[in-house]
Parts: sequence; C-alpha cells; structure tokens
Amino acid sequence: MQTSSEPSKSEVEFVTFSAGDQSFSLEITQVREIRRWSPVTALPHAPVEVLGVMNLRGSVIPIYDLAARFGLGSTQENPRNVIVVAMHGNQTVGLLVEAVSEILSVSRDKIQDTPDIRSDMARQSITGVIPIEDGMTRVIDLGAVLHPNGRALS
Amino acid sequence: MSNPILDTFFEETEELLEALAEGLASMQGGDHEAETVNSVFRAVHSIKGGAGAFKMTELVGFAHHFETVLDAVRSNALDLTPPIMHTLTRSADFLSNLVEAARSGDSISQDVTAGFLAALQQCFGEKEIESVDAWDNFEFAAITLDIGGPAVEVASQAAAAKGFMIVFRPDSALYSNGHEPALLFAALADLGTMNARFDQELLPEWEDFDPQDARLSWTIELQTEESESQVLEVFEFVQGICELSVSPMNFAAPAPPGDATGSFVPTDAKIAVLESPGLFDNAVRLLTDEAAAPVSAKPPEVKPAEKTASEASETAASKGPKPTLRVDLERVDRLINTVGELIINQAMIAQRFADMTETTDDDLVIHIENYRLLARDIQEGVMAIRAQPVKSLFQRMSRIVREAADATGKSAELITIGEGTEVDKTVVERLADPLTHMVRNSVDHGLESPEARIAAGKPATGIIRLAASHRSGSVFITVKDDGAGLNRQKILGIAKKKGLIAQDAELSDSEIDSLLFLPGFSTVETVSNLSGRGVGLDVVRNSVAALGGRVSITSVPGQGTEFTITLPLTLAVMDGMVVTVAGETLVVPITSIIETIRPLPGDLHRIGTDDMLLSIRGRMIPVVDVARSLGFTAKSDQSMAPLLLLVESETLGECALVVDAVQDQRQVVIKSLESNFGTVIGVSAATVLGDGRIALILDPEAIAANRMGNQFPSVNFSPNHGRSTHANL
Repeated sequence: MQTSSEPSKSEVEFVTFSAGDQSFSLEITQVREIRRWSPVTALPHAPVEVLGVMNLRGSVIPIYDLAARFGLGSTQENPRNVIVVAMHGNQTVGLLVEAVSEILSVSRDKIQDTPDIRSDMARQSITGVIPIEDGMTRVIDLGAVLHPNGRALS
Repeated sequence: MSNPILDTFFEETEELLEALAEGLASMQGGDHEAETVNSVFRAVHSIKGGAGAFKMTELVGFAHHFETVLDAVRSNALDLTPPIMHTLTRSADFLSNLVEAARSGDSISQDVTAGFLAALQQCFGEKEIESVDAWDNFEFAAITLDIGGPAVEVASQAAAAKGFMIVFRPDSALYSNGHEPALLFAALADLGTMNARFDQELLPEWEDFDPQDARLSWTIELQTEESESQVLEVFEFVQGICELSVSPMNFAAPAPPGDATGSFVPTDAKIAVLESPGLFDNAVRLLTDEAAAPVSAKPPEVKPAEKTASEASETAASKGPKPTLRVDLERVDRLINTVGELIINQAMIAQRFADMTETTDDDLVIHIENYRLLARDIQEGVMAIRAQPVKSLFQRMSRIVREAADATGKSAELITIGEGTEVDKTVVERLADPLTHMVRNSVDHGLESPEARIAAGKPATGIIRLAASHRSGSVFITVKDDGAGLNRQKILGIAKKKGLIAQDAELSDSEIDSLLFLPGFSTVETVSNLSGRGVGLDVVRNSVAALGGRVSITSVPGQGTEFTITLPLTLAVMDGMVVTVAGETLVVPITSIIETIRPLPGDLHRIGTDDMLLSIRGRMIPVVDVARSLGFTAKSDQSMAPLLLLVESETLGECALVVDAVQDQRQVVIKSLESNFGTVIGVSAATVLGDGRIALILDPEAIAANRMGNQFPSVNFSPNHGRSTHANL
C-alpha cells in the first residue's frame, strides 16, 4: 500500500462513500457491487460492528457497519443507506455506508500517508488520505477492517 | 501435473485398477467365467499399454509378467488354486502401488519388485514346464503325423481347431463408428488362409430396401494355426456392434471327397478343400437354411455408412457398455450451487405469491406448483451427479483386510454388502481414511488368532462384514467382525490407568464401549505396525463428525463387534426444523433432535440461580437456553411455556434446548459461514429461507457445551484470513 515511495503517474480509481459523516474510499478493484440495504440476520457473539449476515445470490456474506467499526456510532436507518460489496482475498463482505458519493480518479502520488494520529484503530485501518474538494477521503485497508486482530494487542 | 494426457492416463488407470480388483474379487468368490478372467486380463493389458506410451518401464515390466500369468489362467493352462489366487490379488495390489509411484514420481525398490515378480514366476512353477512339454509334443506330432501314443489327443484337438467358421454381420453402428469390414478381413487373412463369402440371402427385396439399414453379412472360412482368442482379437473393437459367431470348424465334417478317413487333415489337403466351392456351399447351408434363395434383383451396393448418427448412437447405447461422461467436478459444483439458488428463488416466488391473498388466478397456482416440482427434480438430478456407489471404497478395503491379516498372522475374509449404495462423492473420498482405520482395527483387535478361533469353536478364517445401506434419509455403513467382542473389563482398566476416567467411575456397557473413542485410548499394549498408536477411533469419530455423521459401537461378547457410521445423504442439503428463538429464525438439524416436548410447569426444576433441569421419564436432563447461549439479548417470552427440543450431545448426553416456537420442518441448503466470515460458536452453517433471508443452522453440540454463556471467545476468524502483520506478539 506504500505507494508514495515509488511515484507513478498511473491513475487509481476509488469509490468514495460516507459513513458517520466522514468520507471513506475503497480502491475500485476491491468493490464488486453496490446494493440496496436489506434486513440482515444477526450473528451470535458478534462484535458490535458486525450487523449480521445477508444473502448475496446464495452466498452468505457478513455486513459490517463501517461507522461503528471506526467508532463513529451506529449508522442510522435511512433509505439512502447502501451496502458496498467488497472482496478481500477470497472473502466477500458487505460494508453498510450512509451513501455512496462518487468515483474518484487520482494519480498515485496524490495519496498521502496517514499522518500520526492518536487513534490506533483508525491508523491501522486507514492506509492513506486523499485531499478532495471539500476536505479529504480516507482510504480503507479492508483487511484491517475485517480482521482487527492486532487491535487489542498493540 | 501439467500433462493432461498423463492425467487422463492416471484417471483411466484408476478405473482399470478398480475393474481389476472387482474381477479378481469375483474370481476369488468362485466365478471362473471366461469373461471375468478376460476382464481382469484386459485391465492389466490396458494398463501396460498406457504405461508403455509414457515409458514407465517398471510398470510395463511388472504388468507384462502379471499379464503372462493371467493369460495362462485365461487359457486354462494354469489352475486357479488358492495360492495362485493369492499371488494374483497381491500382484494387483502391487500394480496399484506401482501406478501410485509412477504418479507421485517415487520409485519402488527393486527388491520389492523382484519379490513380486518371483511370486508371479512361482505360480507358473512346474506347471509351466509341463505345458511347454505338451506343446513340444504337439508340434512333434503335427509334423510327423504320428497319431499314436500319448500325443493323440492333443493333436486331434488341435486339428479340429485348425479352422474356424465365422459368421459376421455388422450392425449399422459398426459403419457409423468408422469400421471397415474389409480391414477386418485383411487382419483375418494375416492369421491364415481365409475365404469369405457374402451372404446375399439376407438382402431385402428392392422395394423393401432401406438405405439406413445394415444388411451385409459374410460367412468366413478361416484356416489357421492360431487360437480362437486370436481370432476374436481381430474383432475386439467391433464387439457389441456386430453379430459375430466363431465356431471351431472340423474340416472333416462336410466330408468332401478325398478326405473321409482321419480326424487329422494334412495341411495341403485342407487348403485344397478350402478352395473347393463345394465345401463352401456345404458350410453355408449349415448356417443358413436358405442357400438356394434367389439372388437376382438385389443390390449389393448398400451404403450403411450413411446411417444417421442418432440412430447409430442408439444402437451403440443398447448394445455397448453403459456410456458415461467424465466431467470436471468444479462444473458440477457450480451447477449444484446454481440449482440451490433456483430452489431458493422458487421458494421466494411461492412465498410472495402466497402473500398476495387477492390472487385468484388458478393457472398461476398450478404453474407455481409445477415450477416447484421441476426445481426439486432438477435438484435431485444434479445431486445424483455427485452421488457415487461406495463400491470403489469397499474394494479398497479388501486390500486393507488382506494386508492387515498378513501383518497380524490372522486369517480374514471381507464380505461386502450393498456396494451399489450411493453417497456423495465427498463422503466417498473423506470416508476412505476412517474406514481403513476401522477395517484394520477389526482385523487387528476384533478378530482372534486362528488358534483362538478354533478353540472357541469358530472357523479359523474370521469374517469382516462391510455393509452400506440407505435408511430413512441417512446412509448407514457398518463394519462388523465375528471376533471375540469387546473386553469391557480391560477397556475400563486401561481407561482408568490412563486417567481418562475417574478411578471410581461406574459405567454402563455402552458407556464403556464409547471409551474407545476417547483421544489417546489404545487397548493394545505393544504398538503393532497396524494400529495401537493411540491415534485411532477418536480420529475416526472426528472425521465422521466432520461429514455430519456419527459412529456408534455395539458388541456382543464372543460374537463380535459392530461399528456403525451414520451419515447424511448429501452434504449440501439437510433436513432441518425451523424454530424461533428470541425473534430470530434458526434451523436445528433434524438428525440431532430426539423429540420435542412442551413440558408441564411441574417438570421444570430450578437449580442454582439460572439453571434448570427437566424431569422426563424419571431422569433429570439439563435445560439449555438457546437465546442465552447465543447471546441474543431479546428476552424470550417468559409467560409462554417454553418448547423444548430434546437433543443428543456427545459431550453432555441428552439435553433440552429451549426455543420459542417451531415454524416448520423442511430441507435446507447448507451455506458455509466460514468462507466469508469465520466460525461462530454454536452455529454450524447458514441457510437461505424462502423469503431470501439467512437463517443460522444451530450446532446443538456446541450450544450444549456453551450453555454457561460467554466463556468462549466471541468469534474465531478463519486463520487463513488472519493478518499476521497486526499481531505484535
């Protein structure tokens, strides 16, 4: 993910969306589709950000509340809410977000490293930030979002 | 494995080895039919041929010697005595070892190969010398025309077999498969002197002539020194797609002038006879009673090769072996997945339709019902693709029994029942190891030594009975020996010595039997090279449990021990009871439910602060609150009397699960949770309900074990997704 050391003119596309009133983005190659919200089945003993599982054409995929994952409170129910279906390795997951904003095309050298911040959780799950017109968007490390194993240990 | 041709070779060899084992097994069972011996021979021959193409010299060399012995058996030069049968089966085992070695690139020690070759050579033994002598005599007799002395019989038999009358009538399939009778005749001509006659009698009248039909037929006189099998070999590739009769022909029979005396015909004379048309007519008359039929207006230029392909394949299907199709497993699985989707989609449509109470469209009702039936049919059909008979699995076991018996100095015989029972392919594959273990165990621990058996008044040869059957939606596989039965005192003693149970434990017989499944349990004090390493039945139980099945054991002292594996029919679909717990819909596997109970208030007894016991038929059974065990916060409705599902758990025995209501009982398609999320305690998998929502499938075992609540970590992520970079350990 450390791309700034090797400046490249190549453009990277990101899907940006808002969760907990903040802008996040995911590289477009990781995004499979964007779906309407539909009720999920709760999982026992699941962490607070795991809302449950839903049926994606026969596959059982877990749905994560992105806002809750970043400690920004649970996403309120809203008809605009969508689920970003993303792939991490062989794993298919859904991320509940408030709304999808746009598809952003930036050159790699525009992506800045995450500055030192106090929140470990955010630092580990966000690989970088991209300045946009009205502020910035946070590039998500999907693996770290799904498997916060290191969180309690660090 | 990048060479697809090589892959195909190994796949086919696998099948040939199976056919070989099957043939040998029926030969061992007393079936000495020529066709059985032939099939065994052909299997080895084909393996040799294939291996030759890949320059697997070791394999070819061994197969060649094996083939030689089989050929001798086939031609009755070698009697199938028990020692020879034994050598044959061991050689078949070794052949599959060689194939395995060729596949994995290992090499087999020369000594071992030499040992097996010697064993093969040995079954020729003196026999071979004898038969060589006989043939020498025969040749001598033939040359000198010596019809006296001990060679008479051989010589006269040979004389009678010196010619064949062959009636050959190709089916249309023969032409459409691209065979050419003329080439077959040419091959025959290589064997000796041949004369073919075209049988015009069978040709239809011009008006009845059907260009799609095969009407050509020949009667062939072949004078040859070769054996009948050599002649049949010419027709090897057209068997089943032609009418063929080969009969040894005694040239003296038609009694042509000049040869009325002996049974032995000098070669020169015979050629002369063959060329005389008189004999031909005689011969034909023997076969067809209408030799004088008119031949005038019949067109011999029938072109059967123009037959339509479909008709040809029909013919081939009815006469040849059952056609099969080799399909990539992944394709089948994709299909199964899609069909699962179809079923869910159908259920969703049906449910949506049922919700539309206003609808009175009767046609639509029928269409939807038809849709449901069709979808079920497709699902069953697709599932059947994955189903395989347990035959191949059972065949492997006969080898295990042989090896185990050899290694332990016991005498054992395997009897298999229900080989045609079909189970899911994965089950067949994953059952191989546990079954091997159990069969070995039965020979090693179950059967007594021959001396002990005789002393107990039993036949010296122990019998291992391997049976498979379908019963009430499950597959039952039993391994039964007729040995001494379990020594419960010894088992109890060992379990206590190893500290597996308390010293003062009082156990029932079945509880003692179950001790065998405990990890680290082994009754044999000295570790044999077969079993007794303490990794045994517990591994068996775990692998069977992984397939959704269970193992049980029954034993009668002096009569033997029986292990029963119970497995679900398919791994993809399961019968489940759909229940409601704290507002959530859950599915409980039917197989684990013993009964459902709505208890009277007096049957429930509080114990401690939170726990409850159910008294049922005089016993006290722990009550497990499913909602609490799963950590669902919504409180179950206390005012209503709870509904209890009595389940059997391996660790806790029986226990009662509290649910709020039972909705339905139905087949559910099992969907993995692990691939996208991870394992969840108390949940074995998920399924999709008719409304498209996910319902979790409970794991009653884990629920029961986890009844105390939260002492387990909440979620175990599947390890392959774990990010090691984040674990700063």
